[in-house]
Amino acid sequence: MSTRATLASVLVAAFAAGAQAAPADRSKPPAVGSPKALRLPPAQKLALTNGLPVILFEMREVPAIEMQLVVKAGAGSDPLNRTGLAAMTADLLDEASGARDALAIADALELLGAELRTGCSWDATTVQLHVPAARFAAALATFSDVAMRPAFRQKDLDRVRRETLTDLLQARDDPRRIASHALNRAVFGDGHRYGLPLRGDAASVVALRIGDLRNFHNKHFRPENAALIVVGATDAATLLPLLEKAFGTWQKGGTPAPQPGDAAQTAGRQVWIVDRPGSAQSAIRVGRVGPSRATPDYHALEVLNTLLGGSFTSRLNDNLREQHGYSYGASSRFDYRRAVGLFVATSDVFTPVTADALREFMSELVRIRTPAKKEEVERARGYLAASYAQDFETTRQIASKLAEQFALGLLDDEFASFVPKVMNVDAKLVQRAAGLSIDPGNLAIVIVGDRAKIEKAVQALDLGPINALTVEQVMGPAPKIDGPAKPEGD
Amino acid sequence: MFGFTLAALLSLAQARPSPAPAAAPAAANRLEVPYEMVRLRNGLTVILHEDRSAPIVTVNAWYHVGSGRERPGRTGFAHLFEHLMFEGSKNVPEGAFDRWLEAAGGNNNGSTNNDRTNYFEDAPANALELPLFLESDRMAFLPQAMTQAKLDGQRDVVKNERRQSYENRPYGMAELKLLEAMYPPDHPYSWPTIGSMADLTAAKIEDVTDFFERFYGPGNASLVVAGDFDAKEARPLVEKWFDEVPMRAAVDPIAPRPVVLREEKRLILEDKVQLPRLYIQWPTPPYLSPTDGALDALAAVLAQGKNSRLYKRLVYELEVAQDVEATQDSGALVSTFGITVTARSGSKLETLRAMVDEEIAKLRERPPTPRELERFRNQTEARFYDRLERVGGFGGKADQMNRYLFATGNPDYFEEDLARYRALSPKDVQAAALRFLGRERVVLSVVPEGRRELAVPENAK
Repeated sequence: MSTRATLASVLVAAFAAGAQAAPADRSKPPAVGSPKALRLPPAQKLALTNGLPVILFEMREVPAIEMQLVVKAGAGSDPLNRTGLAAMTADLLDEASGARDALAIADALELLGAELRTGCSWDATTVQLHVPAARFAAALATFSDVAMRPAFRQKDLDRVRRETLTDLLQARDDPRRIASHALNRAVFGDGHRYGLPLRGDAASVVALRIGDLRNFHNKHFRPENAALIVVGATDAATLLPLLEKAFGTWQKGGTPAPQPGDAAQTAGRQVWIVDRPGSAQSAIRVGRVGPSRATPDYHALEVLNTLLGGSFTSRLNDNLREQHGYSYGASSRFDYRRAVGLFVATSDVFTPVTADALREFMSELVRIRTPAKKEEVERARGYLAASYAQDFETTRQIASKLAEQFALGLLDDEFASFVPKVMNVDAKLVQRAAGLSIDPGNLAIVIVGDRAKIEKAVQALDLGPINALTVEQVMGPAPKIDGPAKPEGD
Repeated sequence: MFGFTLAALLSLAQARPSPAPAAAPAAANRLEVPYEMVRLRNGLTVILHEDRSAPIVTVNAWYHVGSGRERPGRTGFAHLFEHLMFEGSKNVPEGAFDRWLEAAGGNNNGSTNNDRTNYFEDAPANALELPLFLESDRMAFLPQAMTQAKLDGQRDVVKNERRQSYENRPYGMAELKLLEAMYPPDHPYSWPTIGSMADLTAAKIEDVTDFFERFYGPGNASLVVAGDFDAKEARPLVEKWFDEVPMRAAVDPIAPRPVVLREEKRLILEDKVQLPRLYIQWPTPPYLSPTDGALDALAAVLAQGKNSRLYKRLVYELEVAQDVEATQDSGALVSTFGITVTARSGSKLETLRAMVDEEIAKLRERPPTPRELERFRNQTEARFYDRLERVGGFGGKADQMNRYLFATGNPDYFEEDLARYRALSPKDVQAAALRFLGRERVVLSVVPEGRRELAVPENAK
């Protein structure tokens, strides 16, 4: 078609038809109709002959398929002296299988226009495939090789380990990563898995052996610990024979992955200042132990957080950004996991106003425990409920929702019940949730910034004992990275 | 986060073809995004696209003004203005834009680059009229509600955005240094979209009105309304809210402006970083010019995926680099082809530069293999399908339609865009390397403080 010609004819038609509408009444915003219900057909629950659950959601807008293998073993299952084990296992899955190395695996997939990603959260390891539907069958063999038959070669571990250690070295440059390490340590301590980085620290990454990875995979990557989520342009009759062929030989016989235990709630209030001389901003993180995803208060907590720091109009963002201009933004979130979780409020603020910003943080954390206005609660719950459908638009989004539902053991009616449950939350329930989860007297406060410029003013706030740390104390000594044998030309 | 981010140049889009047969081979589908286009009497171009697959609507507005239109002493103003667009207008009190939209379940954002400023409001289908009211009110009546306090407030926010994204970010100042070296001082791309601190301080409230009158008229804007509605019902709503937006003076188009470097410029920047990083950049032709697609392919052959030449050699085999990246960053006036390599501990940037140059030389001597190009084409095609999945947000279907409209006059340019990649031959990629990746370029070494010996030596030749 000729672009210009079509354009012209459309325009002519539009002019001819253009009728003058009545002038708009701008004295108040137009009324919003009632939301259309999220008409999500139920996912089909299927299974292979070896028991591997298959959760299928058909969707035909685009000729593509997203598949996710979810294994219920993540970083939360790492032994304390082998932190980073789950992450390294996930990294090594697509490094070699049979006679194929990482390059051959990547070549096969890229040639199909397929994208394969491996990774882990605290609760699960996931292998994800996104591929045009017509090439799904062709990509499946490589996918099952990667998931079921990784070679775990020593030379790949050595190479990926050097890459991981280099990444840990780079983390020392980034105030956000430093702040995240420091907060996790301050909230959970050294004795809890959540106190240590998801991908491990330098000492534990150095300690990982190829046998550890093989063992982790052998024990936990089993059909009874996993599920296949498939979302996109396919149906059960087409899909099941293909999956049976690719995964049918996978044998049961693993063990469930261990879960981290409860964590002691943050007691008292302490401040950690991580010195980063010359910082233009201070990275502030305020946190404490949060509830697990299984909490019956989940929906009230979500409304609470939307109001506190989970939306643009939330109190933290409105106060620190819009009212005071201290920051580009401020937010908060509950990071739910299968075991306990983390509550964290976050902002990066201009160095000279660090203490002022911190005072506003604290006042919002005190205020959130007092009754909120009805209008504010209604806006927060309306926002959560009415925007929920936007999380279910693409194949990737829906697959990730279903994967989370499986990994965290959520109920079948999780999605259908979300909107009514959120709409049931009122100001009383918000206040109750705040009382349960946010305690301004028992908090860890981390500031990564220029200590000489901020410490005195922070001290004057009298928030509690101040601990001064160096980046080295937070991140450990700079990792030593051995080999490979002499880089070329250096 | 949900802040008003300064987006990088959009390189991706998402959209969805009308019913496409699922089982057909990927390549056989013609991408088509049906639309209806209207030009209102005030000059506003309106595009309606129905997509009934999810109960969502989006209103996406593009103003054809970016930082390239700023005048000396007021860099960063287009982006600061973007922030002010959310602070209320004649009939929308301060803060209400976000409050009303959130109460209805909507999200919004805006971004500014060299060429344009874009805004979107994503909302549940039942709330379609609300973003039309909000978007039309600020298009018509922003200055009536402007105050010094609003300007001062957003000035502070934007300065913090700059600190967060540049001053306080590892390697964050590299981009600013590269712009200075790449462009003559009077080139519209020579200053960063975020602006300088001094210019942000200098911005005055009269600048807001001037900028609004000059660049924010309906004739310099286009609006895509997309999602779950019946176009017959949506169109009168659009007219109801936008018809009364006053027409303002036309904006002269801005002509492409090539950049010619006469030599290799070598620069060194010290930063608080552990590892040195090498940036090499060349000026290249604008978005959708005949060689733009070949340069995308060249970037992929060099650094996209594990089998790409630089990744395979520098990262996978020799482990002299931690990561490599290559992009054709396409702009309306001129583009930039860039290669970025982060060194491993112990690697000198001069060594990495020599290796990068060897790989470029090979592609100048011999075309890439058909397999290399096939990988790129199939990946690209798959990414086009991905773009068709999302209607709203940055890079969603509506945003992409506005981008295509701005660049070509045709909002449904998806198939033509994909066709230029399908048509590429290995020789085209070689030709692009020969023509554009010569020695006239900018080479920036970012090194840890006090470690200039790790840099590519400054004096060229």
